[in-house]
Amino acid sequence: MSSSPRRMSGIGRVLVIVYAVMALAATGRSFVQIVRAFDDAPLAYTLSAVSAVVYIVATLALILAGRRGWYLVAWVAIVFELVGVLVVGTLTFVLPDLFAHQTVWSWFGIGYVFVPLVLPFFGLWWLVVHRPQSAASDSDVPDAAEHAPAAEHA
Amino acid sequence: MILWFTLVQVGVAVVAGLLCIGLGLAGRRPSDLSVGSLALIELLLLVQVVIAIVGPLAGNPPTGSLLEFWVYLVSAVLLVFGGVAWALLERSRWSTVIIGVVALSIAVMLWRMQVIWTIQVA
Repeated sequence: MSSSPRRMSGIGRVLVIVYAVMALAATGRSFVQIVRAFDDAPLAYTLSAVSAVVYIVATLALILAGRRGWYLVAWVAIVFELVGVLVVGTLTFVLPDLFAHQTVWSWFGIGYVFVPLVLPFFGLWWLVVHRPQSAASDSDVPDAAEHAPAAEHA
Repeated sequence: MILWFTLVQVGVAVVAGLLCIGLGLAGRRPSDLSVGSLALIELLLLVQVVIAIVGPLAGNPPTGSLLEFWVYLVSAVLLVFGGVAWALLERSRWSTVIIGVVALSIAVMLWRMQVIWTIQVA
């Protein structure tokens, strides 16, 4: 704990809060859908629940991305999210009967001001820039000069 | 829900959100102003909770899904606490941006709540 590789800091924390909000939104929506009318659209509502889980995992994995295992989890979750929003977004137009129900990814996330479409790109960018450092003490941490206020926690 | 109160809430949340994101991008750390604006939002949310409890008893029942409404309202109340905690764990300019993002999210959620409350269930 005390020797954790690197603490989440800087703009990454903003990314995490956006992911957390999306996780909350997807979870809440999915909960309501499943409780109220799961039989209306089992496929879309199952998808809704899956997206909620993906956002929760992505949020946690980003927070813990300083550890190598979680870093990989973050990659998987965010790529899954990207594929999800692209595929489901397309399917809502191609197969409206099955998919034209409110999920986070329907119509490329229009109900969430397209945040679901943009977010994975930011997530992947952040992961590329912030590789976990190897166990050795010296490393090429790129964010040292990124913003001065974060330095106090270095 | 009461429309004018919702509009006031959404207005406060939008202004606070834009203000905090602006302050954050300008390099300011969280201040009384930014944290205070979120405290105001939380206070208004708690008033909303009271309104949502009293409303249906006082002849102002929702026409939409009460379950969905409450999921949103509870999420919003919790999001403010969680968001501020997350923001203040590490105080930097980005903390102020985080506060702004939370405020804008609350604005969206409030508007959804208004829609859910007043929507006609088929």
